[in-house]
Amino acid sequence: MPLPDTLPLIGITWADALFMLLGGVAVAGALGVVLGRDIIRNGLLLILTLGAIAGIYVMLGAAILAGAQVLVYIGAISVLILFAIMLTQSKAAPAKLNFQTQAVPAALISALLALIFAVTLGGGGWNATVFDGTPPPEGTRGAADALFGPYLLAFEVASVLLLAAVIGGIYLASLPRAGQIGAEEEEERR
Amino acid sequence: MSMIAGHLEPYLVLSGLLFSIGSFGFLARRNAISMLMSVEIMLNAVNIAVVAFGAFVPALAGQGIAFAMLIIAVAAAEATVGLAIIIAIYRNRKTPLVDEYDTMRQ
Repeated sequence: MPLPDTLPLIGITWADALFMLLGGVAVAGALGVVLGRDIIRNGLLLILTLGAIAGIYVMLGAAILAGAQVLVYIGAISVLILFAIMLTQSKAAPAKLNFQTQAVPAALISALLALIFAVTLGGGGWNATVFDGTPPPEGTRGAADALFGPYLLAFEVASVLLLAAVIGGIYLASLPRAGQIGAEEEEERR
Repeated sequence: MSMIAGHLEPYLVLSGLLFSIGSFGFLARRNAISMLMSVEIMLNAVNIAVVAFGAFVPALAGQGIAFAMLIIAVAAAEATVGLAIIIAIYRNRKTPLVDEYDTMRQ
């Protein structure tokens, strides 16, 4: 039996309901990342947020990007962040106050920023197409044409940047051996 | 007829909301790794906007995904170097809290 066009009782279409669900999860997860006290939970909520954003990409017809999001963000960056959390976790850090003293002005500025975004972005005038339902799946042809056509130089530079970042990361992570010995000597002098 | 998911503006508003949340986290959190997570949220918010433009504006078809791919690559590089720096500082200072990195204040 086919599904009805809209959600029963409420009259919201399925696409709208999905957008509200994914957007709500993304915003709630982001708020949890920013406002939460326990940093491990912040990291796990970040994974939830990134997953919801991958769902938004699928809704926008960019399935290849959702795959990249899951692979790169959820698979690599989140794990890296969780490892860094575990490596830098000290008993004092999570129990202390977790906001700067400038938290209130920061909240005001961010609220102002959100207001400006809502007014300017929601105002329209973008010459955008209006779809019945969600945008159609785009496939990879257009993206590949753009990536290996006008953006070829940027693509190559990004690959060099990744290589440099990996080498730099290894160097930075192995650098403090000397500094660590110096730090220990300083502690002994005290 | 879809009221939300078929229009460009809701995606942009979601993106702006996420960006604002991320900017608040970057300005307000004390933990360096929390700040980095906020940066990741902001990058993802920008990605949503870019992909939405690519999907909804006919002149930009295909370019949104390409641009977002490049942003993801740069974000990966940024996370690698950022976390390596944080861990390197942590080994010397024994704290991840940025307001205690005050050696250069004197």
